[in-house]
Amino acid sequence: MNLVIINYGSGNLHSVHKAFEAVNNELSKPFEIIVTNKSSDIEKADKIVLPGVGAFQDCKNAILRTNGLYESLEKMVIEEKKPFMGICVGMQLLAEKSYEFGECEGFGWIPGEVIKLDALDDCKIPHMGWNEIISQKHVLFNDILQGTDFYFVHSYYFKTKTADHCIATTNYPNSITAAVCKENIFGTQFHPEKSHKNGKKIIDNFLKWETV
Amino acid sequence: MLKKRIIPCLDVDQGRVVKGVNFVDLVDAGDPVEQAKIYNAEGADELCFLDITASSDDRETLFEVVKKTAENCFIPLTVGGGVRSLDDISRLLHYGADKVSINTAAVENIDLVAKASKKYGSSTIVIAVDAKKTGDHKWSIFTHGGRKQTEIDAVKYCEEVANLGAGEILLTSMDRDGTKMGFDNDLLSNVTSTVDIPVIASGGVGTLEHFLDGVIVGGANALLAASIFHFGEYSINDVKRYLAEQNIAVRI
Repeated sequence: MNLVIINYGSGNLHSVHKAFEAVNNELSKPFEIIVTNKSSDIEKADKIVLPGVGAFQDCKNAILRTNGLYESLEKMVIEEKKPFMGICVGMQLLAEKSYEFGECEGFGWIPGEVIKLDALDDCKIPHMGWNEIISQKHVLFNDILQGTDFYFVHSYYFKTKTADHCIATTNYPNSITAAVCKENIFGTQFHPEKSHKNGKKIIDNFLKWETV
Repeated sequence: MLKKRIIPCLDVDQGRVVKGVNFVDLVDAGDPVEQAKIYNAEGADELCFLDITASSDDRETLFEVVKKTAENCFIPLTVGGGVRSLDDISRLLHYGADKVSINTAAVENIDLVAKASKKYGSSTIVIAVDAKKTGDHKWSIFTHGGRKQTEIDAVKYCEEVANLGAGEILLTSMDRDGTKMGFDNDLLSNVTSTVDIPVIASGGVGTLEHFLDGVIVGGANALLAASIFHFGEYSINDVKRYLAEQNIAVRI
């Protein structure tokens, strides 16, 4: 099986690649991991990962600038329902709209908007560091205890239109989205690739995830 | 609740870990990748590499160290030292750094802070500030690894880089660095109460109480230390257990 990690110049590509490789090795390599931006590779994918670091608009433009990349993603994720995982900005891109550096449309795969975190109490922005999550019962959170810490770095968050699509939250100080899921589409605001063994467990769950 | 981060810092010279007392008298403390793996296993919340050979031609050894560390440690890695341009940042990120810290180049060319934050995202850009007390509640910035004094006020500078989009400030007290007398909490609290971005306290930690004071008195969001960990005086776990007992939220 092929696991495709989308390479559109996102800064954390190497970290994401190495973390998926490490977990895949522990599972005796069920996947061939391909880091690519080519439509021909993406259209052979069994699972797709979209990393993302930086500004929403820059990430989106970088994807749109790559010939056929978005179209292939849409074909595989929306039409063929291949399991998809977006990380940080790769997850925020799933929203309909973001307000970072002005309004910008997202993929619109999960209803909702990406808005700025409120600077309340002593909470510094960006929300940077380890924070605990509260998750709904979901196979993607198998063996993750309530209150487990994950590594977050962000100033904006995904406010989903439907509570059902938000499958994990964290408090900073208000409750904010930590993970989204809609059918075959999964996304985390935190960085599993930087969240030590619990992050690797999330990746492990994603590699084992059967969506149909 | 967001945890206070404990960050071991490795000063790297030509691919080897060293830590100086007041920036001189360097003592070798081992292979950075092996050290990083130990800290990763011990529960470090992040790792920080500071390349002190940055001005020389030996950058390639650093890239190799960063690459190997990123392949073995699945926690955030900040790399700094000799970062002068957007191209330097790109290369470090490419080799596996998650954040890049900029010191002298940001002081000399403040536009770099805005450009780097816009291009790589605020959360990727750490501004390292070396500050030394020059008067009552007054600190000046030093550049070039602490060798060159400027007239720039440290607190105002931190505020300026935060406004330009820096994601975090790594604040080192030159008066305290290597002394084990504790963080300069007066400097720290002046900065943490001024800026809205996270501040990492650095320089001077020698006891468990110093970590606590950095949080309580200084208001730090993260605490960085080097020699106290390298020479096994305290483990990362010792620090975290102590802070947890004092009701500070840490990741255990």
